[in-house]
Amino acid sequence: MIAALFFYLFASVAIASAVMVISSRNPVHSVLFLILCFFNAAGLFILLGAEFLAMILVVVYVGAVAVLFLFVVMMLDVDFVELRQGMLNYLPFGGTIGLIVLLELALVLTSWAIAPESITNAASPSTSGVSNTEALGQILYTKYVYYFQAAGLVLLVAMIGAIVLTLRHKQGVKRQDVSTQVARNPATAIEIRKVEPGQGV
Amino acid sequence: MYFLQNYDAAAALPEAVLAVLAMALLMYGVFKKGDANDHVTIGAIVSLALVAVLVIFAGEDKSSAFGGTFIVDAFARVMKAMALFGSAIAIVLSAHFMKRVKMARFEYPILVMLATVGMMMMISANDLISLYMGLELQSLSLYVVAALNRDSAKSSEAGLKYFVLGALSSGMLLYGASLVYGFTGTTTFPQIAAALTAGGSTLGLTFGLVFIIAGLAFKVSAVPFHMWTPDVYEGAPTPVTAFFAAAPKVAAMALFMRVMVSPFAAVVVEWQQILVFVSIASMVLGAFAAIGQNSIKRLLAYSSIGHMGFALVGLAAGSQQGIEGVIVYMMIYLISTIGVFACVLAMRRKGEYIEQISDLAGLARNHRGLAFVLSMLMFSLAGIPPLAGFFGKYFVFLAAVQANLFALAIIGVVASVVGAYYYLRIVKIIYFDEPAEKFDAMDGEVKWVAYAGGAFALLFAGFANYLTTLAEAAAQSLY
Repeated sequence: MIAALFFYLFASVAIASAVMVISSRNPVHSVLFLILCFFNAAGLFILLGAEFLAMILVVVYVGAVAVLFLFVVMMLDVDFVELRQGMLNYLPFGGTIGLIVLLELALVLTSWAIAPESITNAASPSTSGVSNTEALGQILYTKYVYYFQAAGLVLLVAMIGAIVLTLRHKQGVKRQDVSTQVARNPATAIEIRKVEPGQGV
Repeated sequence: MYFLQNYDAAAALPEAVLAVLAMALLMYGVFKKGDANDHVTIGAIVSLALVAVLVIFAGEDKSSAFGGTFIVDAFARVMKAMALFGSAIAIVLSAHFMKRVKMARFEYPILVMLATVGMMMMISANDLISLYMGLELQSLSLYVVAALNRDSAKSSEAGLKYFVLGALSSGMLLYGASLVYGFTGTTTFPQIAAALTAGGSTLGLTFGLVFIIAGLAFKVSAVPFHMWTPDVYEGAPTPVTAFFAAAPKVAAMALFMRVMVSPFAAVVVEWQQILVFVSIASMVLGAFAAIGQNSIKRLLAYSSIGHMGFALVGLAAGSQQGIEGVIVYMMIYLISTIGVFACVLAMRRKGEYIEQISDLAGLARNHRGLAFVLSMLMFSLAGIPPLAGFFGKYFVFLAAVQANLFALAIIGVVASVVGAYYYLRIVKIIYFDEPAEKFDAMDGEVKWVAYAGGAFALLFAGFANYLTTLAEAAAQSLY
């Protein structure tokens, strides 16, 4: 009962926010609605018992991808109103393509036969009572620890490579030195002079 | 050690030690005030030597780690020792060069060390995934060091070209590996072998095998996947080229041998014809394309393509004797190549490094020792008895003849006669052309490496027995 309630809550908010992503006028709002949509999709995953997918969705999509979008939208001066201006001109063409895809989907779905045994196979809960996350952790960090460490080394090499090939220490560039900044005190930073009235410093 | 045993990882001790030492040196290089290059270079050489000791004295038996995905046998020990030797000498040769051309950066020895970790993982790979991880670790480091001279357009081009083509070949290898996994249901080599012995070959599996061979042929720069080699050899800084020509080739060839012999032994007929073609094409192209070259680095690139072709003759034989021949061939190739590159690094006039073949003119009158060493190495690479190169070719051709691959052996001999032309041309330029200006005085370590390489080529017959016994034991452990 309560699961059904939450399902409808998450599903309806997800659909509503998905609509808002494409219909809102402000692109920043679009990205924020996209994040809301991801959160609701994560909620749906939790209801399905796939808590690891839910975590990954939040960490990867919300944490990285959406924030990246947000930066791009805010950094680039893209005039979205102007982009939309030709929309009506292309509507017949785009609409036709959409219709064709819809028809194709309908054709596929009506002739789709689901094998009964695949439904029993689809949800394969772990028998030993470990959760998804625990099982994945065991595979990644225990069984495949060698590959995991090797992948770590590959990433280290990628990092060293990027730094070696691009970092240049330019001469004569003023850099911020936090410790000297913090070590400043009034005696070194301020000079008090007595200024006679009517004369400059 | 106890900790590693807990994780079923004791056999991977040398790799773990090398990776940890590389990271420690990286930290030292980053946090040291001032120039860390000298210390890191010495540290890298010492680390590689230390790990070589660990590899050689790790015991005689066959052991595996990480659930059988990592294997250490006599074959792995011999090949790893060779790869470590090649990497260490490459760092030794680089020290003065990098300083002279103002490229001295402490990251270079560290990248070489990490590439060597990748090579050792490749050599010990006993599973399609560990094969790929090792290959990628090695390749990624090589892409970076190829472009190390970032102010030179040629070096950047070399790095980029190597990276793009390398990524393509990795993709092919992965595609092949996924097909093999799909048609056998497992990624570990012994289980693939078992599945093939039981079920025989299928079309999909042959497809996968072809793609894997294509990916591996790229790494050993065999025709038709050789296009990157001349440009990368020419564009990369000379000590980096010396490194490329030596250790990674040994590791890639070792991986090639293990992949062909261990999981795919049951389908020899499927891969034998491909390898016969690849090896003939490499030998012929190596022999003919090198003739018109003016740059000694490009010439050596084509020469190494040819040599990979000769080594593959032994592998194409598909017998234990063939594997033994390839191992001996790679030992000789490794040391001769390092010797030749040491000679190339000795070519320096008024502080500038030069790399045209014509610059060697009349070397014999100005620098008798260097001229003699380089000539001996050239005779050896051409395969003229009683020098080292002859024995390498003898062993691989013998294996091919015993496997009834007469056409392959005959074409190989013809190609080596054609190839002898350009090696002998260098000897002719050294001894009979009008002398050009003198070279600068040689650096001590470059001189010793060159002389040691020449001595190895000259005196190989003396200790050939010892090395062939070693190679025999290694080949035996693979079967």
